[in-house]
Amino acid sequence: MAAHGLPPSLSRLLFAVKYGSLQSRCCALHSKAQYSTVHNPGEKTFDKILIANRGEIACRVRLLDTLINFEHMNSHTCKKMGIQTVAVHSDVDSSAVHAKMADEAVCVGPAPTSKSYLNMDAIMDAIRATGAQAVHPGYGFLSENKEFAKRLAAEGVAFIGPDTHAIQAMGDKIESKLIAKAAKVNTIPGFDGVVETVEEAVKIAQEIGYPVMIKASAGGGGKGMRISWNDEETREGFRFSSQEAASSFGDDRLLIEKYIDNPRHIEIQVLADKHGNALWLNERECSIQRRNQKVVEEAPSTFLDPETRRLMGEQAVQLAKAVQYSSAGTVEFLVDSKKNFYFLEMNTRLQVEHPITECITGLDLVEQMIRVAKGYQLHHKQEDIPINGWAIESRVYDPYKSFGLPSIGRLSQYQEPLNLSNVRVDSGIQEGSDISIYYDPMISKLVTYGATRAEALAKMEDALDNYVIRGVTHNIPLLREIITHPRFISGDISTNFLPEVYPDGFKGHQLEADKRRELLASAAALYITAQLRSQKVLGGLRVSSAPVECNHWELCVELGDGRHAMEVTKSGDVFTVEVDGGTVEVSGQWNLASPLLPLTINGSHRMLQVTTHTHTHFQLRVLSKLAAELNSYMPEKVPEDTSSILRSPMPGTIVAVSVKPGDTVAAGQEICVIEAMKMQNSLTAVKQAKVKSVHCKPGETVGEGDLLVELE
Amino acid sequence: MAAAFSVARSSCGLINGLRTSLRGLAPLKHGAVAASVPGTGLHRGCRRYSVGHLSVKERVDEKRRAALVGGGQSRIDAQHKRGKLTARERVQLLLDPESFVETDMFVEHRCSDFAMEQDRNKFPGDSVVTGRGRINGRLVYVFSQDFTVFGGSLSGAHAQKICKIMDQAMTVGAPVIGLNDSGGARIQEGVESLAGYADIFLRNVLASGVVPQISLIMGPCAGGAVYSPALTDFTFMVKDTSYLFITGPDVVKSVTNEDVTQEELGGAKTHTSVSGVAHHAFENDVEALLNLREFFNFLPLSNQDPAPIRECHDPSDRLVPSLDTIVPFESTKAYDMLDIIQSIVDERDFFEIMPNYAKNIVVGFARMNGRTVGIVGNQPKVASGCLDINSSVKGARFVRFCDAFNIPIITFVDVPGFLPGTAQEYGGIIRHGAKLLFAFAEATVPKITIITRKAYGGAYDVMSSKHLRGDVNYAWPSAEVAVMGAKGAVQIIFRGKENQAEAEAEYVEKFANPFPAAVRGFVDDIIEPSTTRKKICRDLEVLASKKQVNPWKKHANIPL
Repeated sequence: MAAHGLPPSLSRLLFAVKYGSLQSRCCALHSKAQYSTVHNPGEKTFDKILIANRGEIACRVRLLDTLINFEHMNSHTCKKMGIQTVAVHSDVDSSAVHAKMADEAVCVGPAPTSKSYLNMDAIMDAIRATGAQAVHPGYGFLSENKEFAKRLAAEGVAFIGPDTHAIQAMGDKIESKLIAKAAKVNTIPGFDGVVETVEEAVKIAQEIGYPVMIKASAGGGGKGMRISWNDEETREGFRFSSQEAASSFGDDRLLIEKYIDNPRHIEIQVLADKHGNALWLNERECSIQRRNQKVVEEAPSTFLDPETRRLMGEQAVQLAKAVQYSSAGTVEFLVDSKKNFYFLEMNTRLQVEHPITECITGLDLVEQMIRVAKGYQLHHKQEDIPINGWAIESRVYDPYKSFGLPSIGRLSQYQEPLNLSNVRVDSGIQEGSDISIYYDPMISKLVTYGATRAEALAKMEDALDNYVIRGVTHNIPLLREIITHPRFISGDISTNFLPEVYPDGFKGHQLEADKRRELLASAAALYITAQLRSQKVLGGLRVSSAPVECNHWELCVELGDGRHAMEVTKSGDVFTVEVDGGTVEVSGQWNLASPLLPLTINGSHRMLQVTTHTHTHFQLRVLSKLAAELNSYMPEKVPEDTSSILRSPMPGTIVAVSVKPGDTVAAGQEICVIEAMKMQNSLTAVKQAKVKSVHCKPGETVGEGDLLVELE
Repeated sequence: MAAAFSVARSSCGLINGLRTSLRGLAPLKHGAVAASVPGTGLHRGCRRYSVGHLSVKERVDEKRRAALVGGGQSRIDAQHKRGKLTARERVQLLLDPESFVETDMFVEHRCSDFAMEQDRNKFPGDSVVTGRGRINGRLVYVFSQDFTVFGGSLSGAHAQKICKIMDQAMTVGAPVIGLNDSGGARIQEGVESLAGYADIFLRNVLASGVVPQISLIMGPCAGGAVYSPALTDFTFMVKDTSYLFITGPDVVKSVTNEDVTQEELGGAKTHTSVSGVAHHAFENDVEALLNLREFFNFLPLSNQDPAPIRECHDPSDRLVPSLDTIVPFESTKAYDMLDIIQSIVDERDFFEIMPNYAKNIVVGFARMNGRTVGIVGNQPKVASGCLDINSSVKGARFVRFCDAFNIPIITFVDVPGFLPGTAQEYGGIIRHGAKLLFAFAEATVPKITIITRKAYGGAYDVMSSKHLRGDVNYAWPSAEVAVMGAKGAVQIIFRGKENQAEAEAEYVEKFANPFPAAVRGFVDDIIEPSTTRKKICRDLEVLASKKQVNPWKKHANIPL
């Protein structure tokens, strides 16, 4: 239907994957999630803070009630602390949530980040113009830029983050490792020098302990890398690696270090003040990663015992103290299967996944950062830091965009699952927002909390099922699949989880037979409901209506390539569907306008989402038995060759050309912009293809039908 | 299909396409078998009805059985092979189960030349199936041409059957749906067949504006035959299997020496995107018929009936916050008018008419609180949403349909003006633009207008303005109602003066906002975009009893 722009015809209903069990669960409410420290209004910090960021984190620092509805958890930190906020935004973000939410908003340049959110001159101007006393950098952008911190210091503006020397020290991979080693933090054991001979290699490998990784000094991209589990493999690996290194990089020097098998990514949140006090706020496990992008995080980790946790925490604090760290920071570790842990790097900023730490410790990290920046001492002692319950965070993002492809369209419908308790959504968007091609593809961070891990996971399932996103692609089906995967539930995870579980990529939820029956039955029931509704014409009619009196239907549902014949009977509000050798009973409140359809199927609660968005999952097409039979005569359609030639739709001036020959463009990607009738018209590619040739350039005047760009 | 025209190509004059082949049994390039008289033996068993020893009842049963198989099983198989359904299958799928009441099943052609009088050349019902039925309980009259009988060719009897149900539809006040699949005129009948076409045309014209008429082209439709669909309110087509043209490719080749395929000349793509003859195209027969049912739900049965109101699950007071940010700050930047329309109407359900033709204007049907409305909107995304010849004509025809059938019109305005240029002036933009103006001015149904951004120049007047009897005219805060854009205006007002930039700023301050129109009462209110749905639903409730009558006239003289 969507293909030819028709309304969601009731003859074809598309369902999203979000189809899972929503058994009624006992959801005890938790007041534990409340921040343990009540803000002290007498403690004066800043009058006005500029937030040098965008999106959800800019909102998080300023946060509004509408974005957060954790029970008792109140994280609109600056608002709570009585601080005025200044937002900066690029011109395309002028109506973004973060800009509208702040007390003042300053435009700092055009859309590309280098000209706006990374434009230090413009941001310094904004600080001067608004009289902000401090800057919170959020994460990304200027958050770990020592130059920015220096410039702020030079103008007497507080940087809400660590001092410049800590940023610098931890910003350099080699230096940070040396500092960590000196601070008695476990680092990945290895030989720092160059290995000369085979025998030396074996000796070093034995010293480090197997398994070891032999890699080219000049290496990268996996070339010249060998994993060795014993002396024999070391000898062999040494020879191969040096040959490969020589041929690939023209440099046969090799390094040897400990190989960490099936590592977990576990990080420790630290919090330090300017008076030498430092705390560790427990760990976050971020092992579920895809191409080094974190997908699901949780706190605490299922893997750590209190002793390991304490050891990791203490080492993290040692490192923080070694660089006189102040503010919030994160020390990342790799942990192997024997609970040996090794320092990876330290992030000198607020992390994306900080909310889960806030959930289990009750601390408002942004508030603590602001206090520390003002020079206050930490209130808390290490023994005050609890682990209360369990928190899970899912990063909801647009997978197309995260692969470098631009997302098409805007958020035509958007509804966060805030009607559920113990759910927190940090987002910087709302219905109607564009997920801009210029910035990060993240839509939101969905955080759920429970007294136990099982409770938090169950809540996450509910929350994902109730999350309505239309108009852009999203990864909710993948997130739901991960959090219900037996390996994830048992805690058997590592950074290899996603590549191991989905070696060919995530192909969407695979339905089991009974679940498929339920889905088919729901589709049939929805179809009939819509059909019956079509007969309900209100008002007095000149020609009386003769609706079909019927409570038994024979239908055929197409799902993927399969066709399923079924018989449906309706008595009262209950549909009884005979399909694929089983009987399914479906009932519910059939609101045909709602994107969410809560149903009762065979006695258990299910949440269905009805969508016309063809990117998502199950496409079902319900036909009457007759239509299905006749459908077999319909010809197979060969997909139409979408035109490879882009012509000017009207006379005008070329303003910009966004592609060059050889570029690969995605369907919907902008190819060029024509100005005509004082309007800029963006011309987009109709299919994914390689650009063959470009026949126009900016400034040129073109006529209607002129050839602009050819695709292959 | 191909068969019919391959014969038609040979000879003279205007009515080439009207002909069909009688004996052209040769398989043609598309694998189609031409319509022809069945050979001996095929259904001999069915044709014993003329034998005197059978009772009347037996004869009735025989005839009914014969009528149900049309041109016989081999023809039916050939029809299926082309990816097409038979006339009866189409009717069955279009109408509610068991609601079809057939008329004239016993009608046979009356031709006696060329051996047509022989029993084996007579088919009960001839080459069309006619009757009445129900779509979601609502009455409709239907004719479905049967390609398996003489290629669906139009005989005097065939035309008479169609005329009969059209006359009944007019007396009762119910729509007529035609399912066209015909090779053209029945050549054996000569002028009788031409008379048949004219009889249908006349009824199409008389019914126009009285009951909705819909044509679904499901096979060939060529020559004079095309004028029946052209006279109806909506023409839909099936992709790849339907064609509409005055003369086929062979005649085109011989007259203008152009090489063109059937598909290029008169296929669904051509007529929905280039010529604007057809209003929508569907993938195949099944899709087309199921969509036609959906479409039918929007329409009143006649001009005596109000726009239908269906049960609605979408709250009429629903706010749409996303509209508050949809119009970009830069007035040169485009946005998609469909986003606005879909988020305002019930359940995001918008049946767009002519989605691929003159895309700078969007027209189609939707519901507001269950009630059918016609929506017209400028599309800033395409050619800046300007009005040109094609978009004016597209808009005008749609507005007139709505007005004829009591369907309220909601107009979303973001128009920078009429498109300048020689192509437009030579093409007669003055005359064609006047059609849209005429249509809006003449319409007496409830008219609600929302100016979302630009309403410049004459195009402002045209787009259902207050001055053309708009009932409720709203402006969003982003509206700019002015004679033209600031730059052009300043160049005229302050020609040759310095400080153009300052003057431009002054002009923007004065005119690039909704106030000049609002202080004069040309817009009734400046509303928050998010409240638009709520306000329209409320206004429609009140306007349901609107009564407005134009001065008596024989008929108006729209600038055609």
